[in-house]
Amino acid sequence: MGEDAQHTAANSGSNDEVAARVARLDLSFNEHGFDRFGVSRDSIAAGMRVMGWLYRNYFRVRCHGVEHIPPRGRVILVGNHSGGYAIDGGMVIAACFFELDPPRLAHGMADRFINRLPFLSQLANRTGQITGLPQHARQLLSDDRVLLVFPEGARGTSKLFWNRYTLGPFGTGFLRLAKSTGAPIVPFAYLGGGEAVPTIANLPFLGKLLGVPYIPVTPYVLPLPLPVTSELRFGPQMRFAGTGDESQHLIQREVDEVKDVIAGLIAEGRESRRRGVAALPGGR
Amino acid sequence: MRVLLTGISGKLAQQVALELLAHGHDVTGIDRRPWPECPPGIRLVQTDIRKPEAEEAFRSERPEAVIHMATVSHLAMRRDERYRINLGGTQKVFEYCDKHAVPQALFVGRHTYYGAVADAALYRGEDEPPMALESFPELADLVAADLFAASALWRFPERTTAVLRMVYTLGPSLHGTLAAFLAGPRVPMILGFDPLFQFMHEADAVRAIILALERKLRGVFNVAGPQALPLSELIRVSGRNPIRLARAMYPLLLGRLGLPRLTTGAVAHIKYPIVISDQSFRTATGFRPEHGEYETLAAFRTASPPKADLASKPPSSASPAAASTPADASAAANGTGDSRERDSTRGTAVPPGNRAPLADAATSASASDEALSIAAPKPRE
Repeated sequence: MGEDAQHTAANSGSNDEVAARVARLDLSFNEHGFDRFGVSRDSIAAGMRVMGWLYRNYFRVRCHGVEHIPPRGRVILVGNHSGGYAIDGGMVIAACFFELDPPRLAHGMADRFINRLPFLSQLANRTGQITGLPQHARQLLSDDRVLLVFPEGARGTSKLFWNRYTLGPFGTGFLRLAKSTGAPIVPFAYLGGGEAVPTIANLPFLGKLLGVPYIPVTPYVLPLPLPVTSELRFGPQMRFAGTGDESQHLIQREVDEVKDVIAGLIAEGRESRRRGVAALPGGR
Repeated sequence: MRVLLTGISGKLAQQVALELLAHGHDVTGIDRRPWPECPPGIRLVQTDIRKPEAEEAFRSERPEAVIHMATVSHLAMRRDERYRINLGGTQKVFEYCDKHAVPQALFVGRHTYYGAVADAALYRGEDEPPMALESFPELADLVAADLFAASALWRFPERTTAVLRMVYTLGPSLHGTLAAFLAGPRVPMILGFDPLFQFMHEADAVRAIILALERKLRGVFNVAGPQALPLSELIRVSGRNPIRLARAMYPLLLGRLGLPRLTTGAVAHIKYPIVISDQSFRTATGFRPEHGEYETLAAFRTASPPKADLASKPPSSASPAAASTPADASAAANGTGDSRERDSTRGTAVPPGNRAPLADAATSASASDEALSIAAPKPRE
């Protein structure tokens, strides 16, 4: 799939399209549309209508390399975090749903605080965004699902505007998981999150009051996302042989390999966005 | 096999006893509550587990297996009494098992052992620790009884000990914590939360217990039924109305407006899920639930119809439960009902009009040995 997988943007997320795609999801729903993790078919459809609109019309995500995600079987998507809160996660989930054929549901590994918040917890649980515990990751992978991991965690979304293309320290759990479950890693870079929510400061104290790690502050104070054209680049699959029980030293080296690939994808994406902005009048 | 069943007058235990009898086992029961409809094939020793008459039953019957089901939840008993029954009773049962050389013991426990917390994983295995005890001290005695029973595995390695941690049961007998929680027309939920609930048809629960006994299971096993469902779906399918209240309003509103009273710890059980993995039980026994999640909820709804169902077919509703109860083991047990409470009629013919839901919840909960941990309806004994 090439440079613009998004001429489909014309029929942007019509209800029929979402319904048709939900019906083709490879999940074992019971007769009323619930799966064993509490994913609800109706909630996926409702969520994807919103996400599809954001994906195509608001952030106008340009997606490259989606063919690297296998059409079936277990896989871990690993990428960079940016932009105040997990818009990037939502857009990757939308890409898996709208760009893949057949569509797939990516399961983000949600931060622990989400389960404590009313509504957000309900929304996350019904759409398969369950708490990022090793047990959950293993269960989902052994069920041959798509796992979405941001190894920077909340440190990744708390990046300030001027650090938006940097990568913070990566956790190593995802790599051990990939090895022990035999799942391939598909690295990706998401560009635009840092511009959509240009964070100039984070307020951890206010966040604590509200039950979240921090509240991002933008030049216009509220952390509402700006309609910034974004880019999503998937790289070729990476496979790591082993049991997952290797020394931390060895694992760290392989994690750095993945991190380097993601840094490379970010650099490519910045270049392509620069050209894209120059080439398109009106600046996409 | 000569089987001794403690807590035999409980609704689920009665069904287990009848099924054991049908399997050709020789059944003796101990319970301080009566069981008037106890069939002649079953010997009932009406006494407290901690009394000498109970030990005499061990001595004279020389059981080859003991199934311990005489535990109660905080719904039924005051704290001191509950501790005596749950922990003291379990201690005595295992003491007698050792003293009278009973080769096999089966402790029937609850999946609420694991506790409801925000960051616990779904599908918890038997190796997961009990959590949130500090916020739900009413569960501590059941957790202690469970762990004490499991300690028999290393204290008496020559004997076959199994601990079953079973999910909520639901079905025509309308007994158990979940049934009590869903009894009224309005069921409280916490605004913005909708946890997964695991439950199984009581006939499947009976089958699982007997399977564990006959396969001489050894170890700790989670026992679950069909697929877990969100609480809102349970409420919808059973024809109730969810009342969504903000967490902060719970202390003010519970126990009022026809809503059950919940303790602080119990509120966590409708906020966060307790979902267990029954993989090792399935592998060890080949157990598969025969009743699906919607079928189980339908059986509950038929036995405890919401007003809407009654209004739609008023003349024929005089004996709805009898007409629709599945012809399985539970149907037979059902007719026997519970003796201590007036509600022994409900298995055969439920007078639909006069069952105040809250009172109903109270009777089924206080009569129940199986009652777990969620709803604590207002009137208590």
